[in-house]
Amino acid sequence: MQQFFDRKRYPRGAWVGIALVAVTLLVLPFALAQVGTAWVRITNLAILFVLLSLGLNIVVGFAGLLDLGYIAFYAVGAYVYALLASPHFDLHLPFWIILPIGAAVACFFGVLLGAPTLKLRGDYLAIVTLGFGEIIRIFLNNLSQPVNLTNGPQGITLIDPFKIGSFNFATRETIAGLDFTGPVKYYYFLVLLVIAIIALNLRLQNSRIGRAWEAIREDEIAARAMGINTRNMKLLAFAMGASFGGISGGIFSATQGFISPESFVLVESVMVLSMVVLGGMGNVFGVVLGAILLSFVPEVLRYTVEPVQRAVFGRTLIEPEVIRMLLFGLALVLMMLFRPAGILPSALRKRELEAK
Amino acid sequence: MDIFLQQVINGLTLGCVYAVVALGYTMVYGIIQLINFAHGEVVMIGAMVAFSVITALAGANTGLPPLAILTAGVLVAIPVCMGVGYTLERVAYRPLRKAPRLAPLITAIGLSIILQHLAMIIWTRNPIAFPQIITVVPIHITDNPNGATITNVQIAIIIASVVMMVALLALVYRTKLGIAMRATSQNQQVAGLMGININTVIALTFVIGAALGAMAGVMVGTYYGIAQYQMGFILGLKAFSAAVLGGIGNLAGAMLGGVLLGLIEALGAGYVGDLTNLCQLADWSDAIARRCVDDPNLTLFGSNYQDVFAFLVLITVLIFRPSGLLGERVSDRA
Repeated sequence: MQQFFDRKRYPRGAWVGIALVAVTLLVLPFALAQVGTAWVRITNLAILFVLLSLGLNIVVGFAGLLDLGYIAFYAVGAYVYALLASPHFDLHLPFWIILPIGAAVACFFGVLLGAPTLKLRGDYLAIVTLGFGEIIRIFLNNLSQPVNLTNGPQGITLIDPFKIGSFNFATRETIAGLDFTGPVKYYYFLVLLVIAIIALNLRLQNSRIGRAWEAIREDEIAARAMGINTRNMKLLAFAMGASFGGISGGIFSATQGFISPESFVLVESVMVLSMVVLGGMGNVFGVVLGAILLSFVPEVLRYTVEPVQRAVFGRTLIEPEVIRMLLFGLALVLMMLFRPAGILPSALRKRELEAK
Repeated sequence: MDIFLQQVINGLTLGCVYAVVALGYTMVYGIIQLINFAHGEVVMIGAMVAFSVITALAGANTGLPPLAILTAGVLVAIPVCMGVGYTLERVAYRPLRKAPRLAPLITAIGLSIILQHLAMIIWTRNPIAFPQIITVVPIHITDNPNGATITNVQIAIIIASVVMMVALLALVYRTKLGIAMRATSQNQQVAGLMGININTVIALTFVIGAALGAMAGVMVGTYYGIAQYQMGFILGLKAFSAAVLGGIGNLAGAMLGGVLLGLIEALGAGYVGDLTNLCQLADWSDAIARRCVDDPNLTLFGSNYQDVFAFLVLITVLIFRPSGLLGERVSDRA
């Protein structure tokens, strides 16, 4: 494996590795479409979770601030998109205007949440963020009165898909003899975005900001003594993590075409956290791996556990959904107990978590 | 005035429940400076186990008096919860006592998810109703026949909470175990040198907290007449807010915080509709005035925002007095 990805030591091998990954990514949607378009959709959702986990990784992995309400920013982004591009207010702005707006609004909420807890210890932050996520959901559920802002529990329907000029992401087209369905188009968009964001994250980690976050995570007092403005850096972590969530939320809105407060419950926050923890907090590729693994688990379970149960017991005793949650819980516990640095640990994190 | 009195009574009852749950958080926090994230689930399991026992006994026509059935439910729930509390400590907290603070927190979240979904498998998704073995008797406390009332269940909850709080204070401040607990919370190493078995003391703290949680679960279940596998989450969040309000790590603070939070919530939910009634602004805006003709209760926020108050209290306390009403300084680094 090493010689395919280490650009410094194996320059030639690395190019082969990159080319292999690129070809796989290009061909993947057509291969999946052979099995069923549903799998392309599932892959898109998995990429969306990669984006979300990368955002949470900035807060939890880089800066060491445990955020349990992360899905709230996803919700904010999703609702911003839905309100600005649906018949609800009869606004139909193009997506490249809305996504930055969604990121900005989510960023504002991130700072709003981060500000009161800056001086406190991490576990307070965990509870406050937990409550924050719940509050956002309560507001989304109830803001249909007295002015119908969010349409309450019914959610918002008929959300516009992405469009660039006459190129519509949701329609089926045949380009150069290849069949491009809606999900396949979104797939390429998402892959490009995720590559850009991974690159951004890698650069960020080694930048002045990334190292400042790392210093804060290791020892806040020492970091401050070294001249790092801890308050601004922590707020920045919150803001950046939140805006990533906001962007992912907007894309979620557009791909699904329908959103309701039901999609943004606490369990989703825990799921994203599990992805970050499983892969390895602070390691960009670890987080990507964790997100992909855990996104496909429920689908695999749906196709294995249910038929097995029906064959053995004659009915579904335990729903796959529940097994999924049990697995997430177990993943969190076992990872922390036996491999606290994750599947692919970041070098620093490993040193920190294994030091007794 | 009667409405106000009624809200105060309701708030006091809920506040007592919050206080008992908050004690569980605050005890654990006091001794190991960590939040027991799964405490809400312990409360939920207490309620569920007690309900199952009570339903089984009530359905079996044993002819037992209601109070005996209720006591049996509580007596089964408490040891089960103690077991859960002990398991939590052994699995999530003890192996990670010297690890970075993030680690036990994440294990506890994982366990809380596991407990919640195990409960879902055992007791299904649907809420279970409390069997009608106790008749709720409202007692008028004013001369007005339509005025404020207090029910026998509310009286029982308040009395039981006060008894438990007094018992806990006696345990912590009057017994040898209490001395050991306080010593461990001040300095684990030195306490160990004084011949205290720290592991036992910490485990006992979790177990006692869980027993209180079980009682709280039964009380809140009886009060609302319903229990569900998700009930622990929001209850835990509120109780934690109560503990922070009073000053986390401080027993008296948790009691005060719980009762205050209950009152804030009841009064807040009771009056937020009137306070944010937009029709008060009808003179200023024709658009509002027109809508008020159809709907005189045009409110900005209604009582469906009840769950928001605890959180607002939490944020306010964290901004203005992070140490809480009775607590000491806690603002250091995770």
